Amino acid sequence: MTATPSSASAALPDFMRRDRAWHPPAFAPGYKTTVLRSPKCALLSLDQGPGEKTGPVFQASMLHELDNDLVSNYAAATGSKGLAIGERIIVHGRVTDECGRPVPRTLLEVWQANAGGRYRHKKDTYLAPLDPNFGGCGRTMTDENGRYFFRTVKPGAYPWPNHGSDWRPAHIHFSVFGEAFAQRLISQLYFEGDPLIPLCPIVNTIKDAAAIERLVAKLDMGEQRPFDALVYRFDIVLRGRQQTFFENKREGM
Amino acid sequence: MPVEYLKETPSQTAGPYVHIGTLPSHAGLPVRQNETLNVVEAPGEKIVVEGIVLDGSGAPVKDAMLELYQANAKGEVGDATIWARAGAVFETGEWRFDTIRPGALEWRGGKMQAPHLTLLIFARGINIHLHTRMYFPEDEAAQASDPALNRIEQIHRRRTLVAEKVKDGHYRFVIRLQGDQETVFFDM
Ligand SMILES: [Fe+2]
Repeated sequence: MTATPSSASAALPDFMRRDRAWHPPAFAPGYKTTVLRSPKCALLSLDQGPGEKTGPVFQASMLHELDNDLVSNYAAATGSKGLAIGERIIVHGRVTDECGRPVPRTLLEVWQANAGGRYRHKKDTYLAPLDPNFGGCGRTMTDENGRYFFRTVKPGAYPWPNHGSDWRPAHIHFSVFGEAFAQRLISQLYFEGDPLIPLCPIVNTIKDAAAIERLVAKLDMGEQRPFDALVYRFDIVLRGRQQTFFENKREGM
Repeated sequence: MPVEYLKETPSQTAGPYVHIGTLPSHAGLPVRQNETLNVVEAPGEKIVVEGIVLDGSGAPVKDAMLELYQANAKGEVGDATIWARAGAVFETGEWRFDTIRPGALEWRGGKMQAPHLTLLIFARGINIHLHTRMYFPEDEAAQASDPALNRIEQIHRRRTLVAEKVKDGHYRFVIRLQGDQETVFFDM
């Protein structure tokens, strides 16, 4: 094959390896659905090429101005003037990599149940009612310094079938891209002080208490919006890039 | 004490309702109805890639969400990167991408890779997304020197990454999470 090397992307620095013992294992039988959905063979460890060290770039222009306001965006999109019911909160924080560098202009997507613990989804049949003014879908982009925020209502706890009726702590699902596909991450944010956190089989797929703590948003009273909204702080860390000590080193030297 | 770095935020399952935030119209929300994230608009030969994710009992994973990342027709990423996203059909578990045939992408040290699609799989019961690749059945010669395929020690498992040709420009890729033909998943 004689294709011409296309770009400088092959020379991009590598990402540090993912610490798989820090993340939850694929097979975690306390969360029963993992039993048939976890690969049994070891993952194949491989260096990263340009296809792993680059990723999709999203433009801020694709965002609607209410995309980061779950209190009003569903009502506005469906022609209502209402607001979502529930405890008004703002979630804010920074996205950095493992070296502490901010991750600018990266897409953050969020989804959650309403204040009663019900998702607006074809497959959710929980008896708590839908809120006509809440969709539970939002997104935003970090700024130059990796900062982000969105406004929503605090989601309710909800039951799910696992060991009979288990209960999920209040949580917001989030998805973040970073600057390369190697940094791709989907996870969940919990709330400080929720007694359901230590009881949750999904939370407990994570073995290290310090890792669980990293998913708990902290009440930020200094940033509260008086007579309006409580504020939670939640920082996100993506894989870090190694430094390139020998940028011009050729293979074999 | 070794140098300390921040630790990556740990993963959690995307859950059964991942579509609300990633493919809202698929979830049934009357918003962003015009989004067709599984269709790629880019110069090149149009191809269809359809498939299914099967669990360890052979049952379809009906709530899966997949992301596609690939080189453009000239084998470039970076600004030329192609990305797409598809949700499995809730009734059957079938998913589909309408994309273009990727060119051969560079590897490290000037080596080349065989044309391939990178796929990430998210679903309920998957605690951290699974990362695999789909290669094309026509590219046997290029695959013989592909750096990723060559790292798979069990030679028969390499086949799990090669799609089946349904007809010209139309491929089927079955991803098996467990079993005799378990798909190869990467940690890159
Ligand atoms: Fe959830």
